[in-house]
Amino acid sequence: MTYLWAFIVGGILCVIGQILIDKTKLTPARILVVYVVAGVFLTLVGAYEPLVKLAGAGATVPLTGFGYSLAKGVMKAVEEHGLLGILTGGLTATAGGIAAAVVFSLIAALIFKSKEKS
Amino acid sequence: MQKQEYKVYAEKKSPNSPLWLNMLKAFLIGGLICVLGEGVRNFYTNWGLNLEEVAAATSITMVFLGVLLTGIGIYDNIAKHAGAGTLVPITGFANSVASPAIEYKSEGYVLGVGAKMFIIAGPVIVYGTVASVIAGLIYYFIH
Repeated sequence: MTYLWAFIVGGILCVIGQILIDKTKLTPARILVVYVVAGVFLTLVGAYEPLVKLAGAGATVPLTGFGYSLAKGVMKAVEEHGLLGILTGGLTATAGGIAAAVVFSLIAALIFKSKEKS
Repeated sequence: MQKQEYKVYAEKKSPNSPLWLNMLKAFLIGGLICVLGEGVRNFYTNWGLNLEEVAAATSITMVFLGVLLTGIGIYDNIAKHAGAGTLVPITGFANSVASPAIEYKSEGYVLGVGAKMFIIAGPVIVYGTVASVIAGLIYYFIH
């Protein structure tokens, strides 16, 4: 059942992005920034957690889920470490994804050649 | 022809992007990527990882797949059709790092690969981090 919700919720989050692309001419970079920041604040106010419970990866895989991880991380760190957690929590929770993107991409750059743009 | 008239004329003549078709493709492909992510999540959950570990391992796996498919040239081909369906998932974030890394290899490993990797990921990390600190501050005071 979660698979169906993952499909629906993940799909809808992508459709919203598509509408933004077609209707507002926002660049991909701006859309990703908007998604991450929106994910952070939706999580802070408690609106995103129910979506994660319902749809699993349908809510965590879209970039709003990156914001969700940032916000959850910072909230947990504030509870555990107080003031210091404000600065450490977000990146700690997302370190895996960021490090993976950097390391795998560097390896990819070593291995693969750029394709001619057709 | 007045500027305004020309704008209307140009918009009429330019190939109209079929919004509904784009939305459908974004929905199907984005949805499928999330279903794949759910499969990965279940795999790690069944493996006995805790919630946080599952989240991190799933992100890492999806990023790996995004980079790999970018490297072998498949991701950008899907992205041509899928639009936001391949941009919005974390695989799209991985693509936005890997794609310039590979493309700017010719400009060297420091200012080419190393710098251009962050052309899109940079702003995402900058504003994501700032948002998390603001959220942390708010949470600190209301908690």
